[in-house]
Amino acid sequence: MQNSVEKYLRMDKLPHIWCPGCGNGIVLGAMVRAFTKINCNQNNTVIVSGIGCSSRAAGYMDFDTLHTTHGRALAFATGIKLAKPELKVFVIMGDGDAASIGGNHLIHAARRNIDLTAIIFNNHIYGMTGGQYSPLTPLDSMATTAPYNTIERNFDLAELAKAAGATYVARSTTYHATMLTNLIVAGATHKGFSLIEAVTACPVSYGRRNKMGSGYDMMIWQKEHAVPVQKARNLTPKEMQGKFAVGELYKAEAPEYTEVYDLLIKKAQGIPKEG
Amino acid sequence: MSIKDRLSGNEAVAIAMRQINPDVMSAFPITPSTEIPQTFSSFVANGQVDTAFIPVESEHSAMSAAIGSQAAGARSLTATSSCGLALMWEVLYVAASNRLPIALALVNRTLSGPININCDHSDSMGARDSGWIQIYSENNQEAYDNFVQAYRIAEHAAVRLPIMICQDGFITSAAVENIELLADRDVQGFVGEYHPESYLLNSKQPLAIGPYAVSAYCMEAKRAQLEALKNAKQVTLDVAKEFAALSGREYGLFEEYKLADADYAMVIIGSAAGTAKDAVDQLRAAGQKVGLLKIRLFRPFPGEEIAAALQKSKVIACMDRTESFNGRCGPLGAEVKSALFDAQLMPPVINYVYGLGGRDVTVEDFITVFAQLAEIEQTNDGGKKYRYLSLRE
Ligand SMILES: Cc1ncc(C[n+]2csc(CCOP(=O)(O)OP(=O)(O)O)c2C)c(N)n1
Ligand code: SF4
Ligand SMILES: [Mg+2]
Repeated sequence: MQNSVEKYLRMDKLPHIWCPGCGNGIVLGAMVRAFTKINCNQNNTVIVSGIGCSSRAAGYMDFDTLHTTHGRALAFATGIKLAKPELKVFVIMGDGDAASIGGNHLIHAARRNIDLTAIIFNNHIYGMTGGQYSPLTPLDSMATTAPYNTIERNFDLAELAKAAGATYVARSTTYHATMLTNLIVAGATHKGFSLIEAVTACPVSYGRRNKMGSGYDMMIWQKEHAVPVQKARNLTPKEMQGKFAVGELYKAEAPEYTEVYDLLIKKAQGIPKEG
Repeated sequence: MSIKDRLSGNEAVAIAMRQINPDVMSAFPITPSTEIPQTFSSFVANGQVDTAFIPVESEHSAMSAAIGSQAAGARSLTATSSCGLALMWEVLYVAASNRLPIALALVNRTLSGPININCDHSDSMGARDSGWIQIYSENNQEAYDNFVQAYRIAEHAAVRLPIMICQDGFITSAAVENIELLADRDVQGFVGEYHPESYLLNSKQPLAIGPYAVSAYCMEAKRAQLEALKNAKQVTLDVAKEFAALSGREYGLFEEYKLADADYAMVIIGSAAGTAKDAVDQLRAAGQKVGLLKIRLFRPFPGEEIAAALQKSKVIACMDRTESFNGRCGPLGAEVKSALFDAQLMPPVINYVYGLGGRDVTVEDFITVFAQLAEIEQTNDGGKKYRYLSLRE
């Protein structure tokens, strides 16, 4: 029998070209496992990606895919969703893609609460261009643009998305791959803007410079620094120093943009509300 | 005194930047120019320069920050490629129209799509009408030498315009070649201190940069900008003369290679000129009168001088490393043909598109081009005027 995830992969494009030890394959794995769980229909699903190592993932998935420009994936995805609100739209971005060059699109997609599922591959660095620090690089890290450590504070992407209006916010890691799969399932079935941050290892452009060891060692680091959200809520900021919460961080109900839009158009056209 | 070294084109430009010791660098990484700001950021971190380095969050911000700092009187620069330059678009015009002599190290790479990281000139050619001075380099030595000369041209009182120094992505930016560097103090002496006449926050001369101009004045502002750009031609020659006295290396508006008596001439930009020179040498050895004109200054375009240099050529090939989608020619082809027309010269000109997205171009390819030129002369049949070189069909 065909492995159930295979139908979601472009098997002829595999093996992938990510570096040995790279966590991106695990995030990709979590995505396709989530697709099997929600019995995702390839005929009404679009995957949009930006530019970066992470965005290559779109090329490995057997869907209609749109590989866009650096930082703008959410703007393209917004266009798709508004044109055809019945489509399920997943948006893959790197931390640079989502929070640096494309940060503006992120906050506005969240503010509108448009029904997109954004999956952020957070490897704490610009991987593809060789290790320049991103807005998610932890303070005091080494990067090729910071040979004596970064002095810029990093964003907490989940907090940022929540504050901007996202109605589903979650975080997991490649170590917690099953949890990651489940969070993608929950995000995909949530109506509104959902953001799932996947903490993933880039041993080549980040780990090496920060003496974090191999891809395996970096997963152990994830295990040791991730705190389940229920537990994290009872810890003081001091106790959470250097650690991060994983799990479903925030969930709320709010009007979804394409629905509100549709209502407005109907109203403008004088069509009475149903029911 | 020259210093012999072996450097990639990117390293060479980063070293020129270190020697110039500018006030501000703002940059965002993009292949294949990333190495320039990256190398330079280590010079900053190691205290080898006094530059403030701003690792911004996009190229639009990189150019905007450079405009801000240059307007404040600080010598500013950045580096980029491809979609990075495209993202700067809006503010490229702002830099030029506000007459801010920013230097940009451009490492040429194609524009999407298809997504491709390799060399062609679609990025800088797209920006050719933004009001920037554009200079192209054949090899690492030229990329270095051109960058050392950049501010002298850009900051000249008769010019005061931003300048783009271009080199070919990977082909020269990543390839390591022998190079002769100037001593730090020679570069500093040559480039000199930056003393802008007007700048922000000068309490003796309050200034508004970039205000709205009503229709009664907007056109005059553009016309004044054009005069400044035209002046850059003579200034480029004057600066090259001084540079030759310092380095022994001579530069003009363009390079003529075995062109004087050539029946068949090729006009080309960038690294492929080196390959084309090999083709010229081989054909010359076989007794054929072929020659080459390699563009250095593309903006302003030295049309009269180029027409004069090509006046004896019987058939001309214009080599464009970009497709400009106008349906009939590339940007270099259009410029050269209009220059010839104004000089009332009507030789057959064949415009070739080559090397898109890093497609390799060989000595044999150029020999084929010269053979086609000879055939056109012999058969008196120009055939197709717009051709693609080494295309898989
Ligand atoms: C306008 C523009 N600027 C710069 C780049 C070069 N670039 C490609 S990927 C990238 C950063 C990638 O970092 P991230 O988004 O975190 O993805 P990762 O590679 O780490 O997965 C950059 C700067 C580009 N493609 N387009
Ligand atoms: S550079 Fe980093 S993120 Fe990119 S493929 Fe290699 S390990 Fe993965
Ligand atoms: Mg990243």
